Amino acid sequence: MALLELQNVHTFYGNIHALKGISLAVNEGEIVTLIGSNGAGKSTTLRTISGLLSPRQGQVLLNEKRIDTLPSHEIVKLGISQSPEGRRIFPRLTVLENLEMGAYIHSRRDPQYRADLERVLDLFPRLRERVSQKGGTLSGGEQQMLAIGRALMSRPRILLLDEPSMGLAPILVDQIFRIVQDINKQGTTILLVEQNALMALGVAHRGYVLQTGQILLSDSAKSLSQNEMVQKAYLGMD
Amino acid sequence: MAVKAQAQPMVSDRSSLGTLRQVLAPIGQILIFVIGGSLLLGTIVVMLALALQAGQANLLNGVVSVLPLVIIDGLVLGFLYATIALGYTLVYGVLEFINFAHGEIYMVGAFVGGGLGIWLASQGLLATMHPLIFVVIAVFVAMLASGLLAVGIERFAYRPLRGAPRLVPLISAIGVSLVLQDLVRLIAGPARFNLRYPTLNLGGRIPLFEMSTAAGTNLRVSIDNQSLIFIITSLLMLVALNYLINVTKLGKAIRAVAQDRPTASLMGINVNLIIALTFFVGGALGGGAGVLFGIKYSTVNPYIGFIAGLKAFTAAVLGGIGNITGAMVGGIVLGLLEAFVSTYLTLFTNGRLSGPDYASVASFLILIGILVFRPSGLLGEAATQKV
Ligand SMILES: Nc1ncnc2c1ncn2[C@@H]1O[C@H](COP(=O)(O)OP(=O)(O)OP(=O)(O)O)[C@@H](O)[C@H]1O
Ligand SMILES: [Mg+2]
Repeated sequence: MALLELQNVHTFYGNIHALKGISLAVNEGEIVTLIGSNGAGKSTTLRTISGLLSPRQGQVLLNEKRIDTLPSHEIVKLGISQSPEGRRIFPRLTVLENLEMGAYIHSRRDPQYRADLERVLDLFPRLRERVSQKGGTLSGGEQQMLAIGRALMSRPRILLLDEPSMGLAPILVDQIFRIVQDINKQGTTILLVEQNALMALGVAHRGYVLQTGQILLSDSAKSLSQNEMVQKAYLGMD
Repeated sequence: MAVKAQAQPMVSDRSSLGTLRQVLAPIGQILIFVIGGSLLLGTIVVMLALALQAGQANLLNGVVSVLPLVIIDGLVLGFLYATIALGYTLVYGVLEFINFAHGEIYMVGAFVGGGLGIWLASQGLLATMHPLIFVVIAVFVAMLASGLLAVGIERFAYRPLRGAPRLVPLISAIGVSLVLQDLVRLIAGPARFNLRYPTLNLGGRIPLFEMSTAAGTNLRVSIDNQSLIFIITSLLMLVALNYLINVTKLGKAIRAVAQDRPTASLMGINVNLIIALTFFVGGALGGGAGVLFGIKYSTVNPYIGFIAGLKAFTAAVLGGIGNITGAMVGGIVLGLLEAFVSTYLTLFTNGRLSGPDYASVASFLILIGILVFRPSGLLGEAATQKV
């Protein structure tokens, strides 16, 4: 039984038909990656899952219950959290306040809140040094860490990551992917959207290849990285 | 085995001092502008008096002797503008939309407070309660009424237009303000068009200090209770607002929604609820200001919201719209300026120009000047307190 499932999802921006019948599943404990070129519909898929967009057709199921009719702030409460494309840090809130907003659905008196905060600051020690700095003044990499940390603060069962490696130095990319694996080992299911298909397939268990709003391929990460078409189109190999 | 070093303190344990600073810092800033503004304007009028003294006997004496009163008047006006301006700035900060019906929300607050006073008086209750108790009750009831009114306006006149071009909700706001004016006029009827607040026995003037003037006379400076209540209550409202916005989870959610609505909803924040609450807070401040105005100036009418709203809007722009400290500071500066122009223009021109008539001209000249030369406001972009 899949934890998260999309069945024949069609999403539109006005007249633009961005998702043309996406079906995919993410099982408990997995890292699943969604790869595809620019404009393929990866971010749209995540926005549809989070309820920022509602599908015109098809459904999104969490534990076999429909969630596509719920507003996004309700979906977070069910255990789906997203680190969105472009980080979207609250620029005039401090690092600590950004993290607090990540834990918005929990009470601040919740003893677990402290533990979550410590866990995130242990994962990203650079954030610990900057707790009272304004989010907008962090470097790009630090903002990325904050975005991931903030998404973790809601204690999600499933974490949606939209291009966590974008704009990062190679060393940081390695570090981020290692952290993604750590988070997964600590029990969080992950749906990972990436341009960096090589890295993504390196950490994921399974993957889907998306093209112009449709699923082109789906397989284990290993088979995908050996697939000739994938190698040509997404891994830059000839 | 080495023990894992725990060098860093727990993050959240060093916050209570910071919290206090966050709440009080804007008040400090206001104080600086109060003192600085009074000193600056006071110096200017004294210099002018010295320069013009040759023509008029005793000019300096006259100028100095009314100075404390002018400053107190200026502060009262300033806090009035500041509390109303916060309503504009809060809503602008969250929605980038100017709620032009806010002046009327303030006016309704003034009528609710006055109506409550009249009703309590007719029941014989007013005479038995301490006047300060009445002030507190009236302020609270008006805050609640105006807050709910603002929420209702948002729900029915603005929210349905949220995706529309920016001009559309603006026109809706102007429509709402006309409707509110006429509705209040209708409910009040001709007899209560000029609604008189019941007279409160607040006691005599409170002496502040004595000073001796150049002419050798002793000048006793005192403040009337109404002004004192006005200043203290609005200061309390400002402190409470700072606490709400900077320290509480709700305040942080308001700021998060102001900065990035979709991302705020990804945090589990109910954006529509937060927007409604923002309207409530802004409306409540306006309603409270309305009652304070009624208590200080004793009569209110359905049209007081128009000019007060424009002035408060000017104050908000002066401080940098969307900026909370800015709105407070802008209000104070504008109030002081108007009070000075209003008194001293008459004095210096020997009555040829009527100061009170030109006070608004001065305000609106400032609005134009700010919009042309410094659209980001007095505090500018560097301001940290943007919503
Ligand atoms: N707000 C929007 N309004 C209209 N069209 C949009 C909007 N957002 C995305 N689209 C369109 O939907 C399609 C899918 O976009 P999406 O952002 O999901 O792509 P993506 O796979 O995430 O690409 P990238 O790797 O560049 O981030 C694109 O053709 C895009 O132009
Ligand atoms: Mg994308």
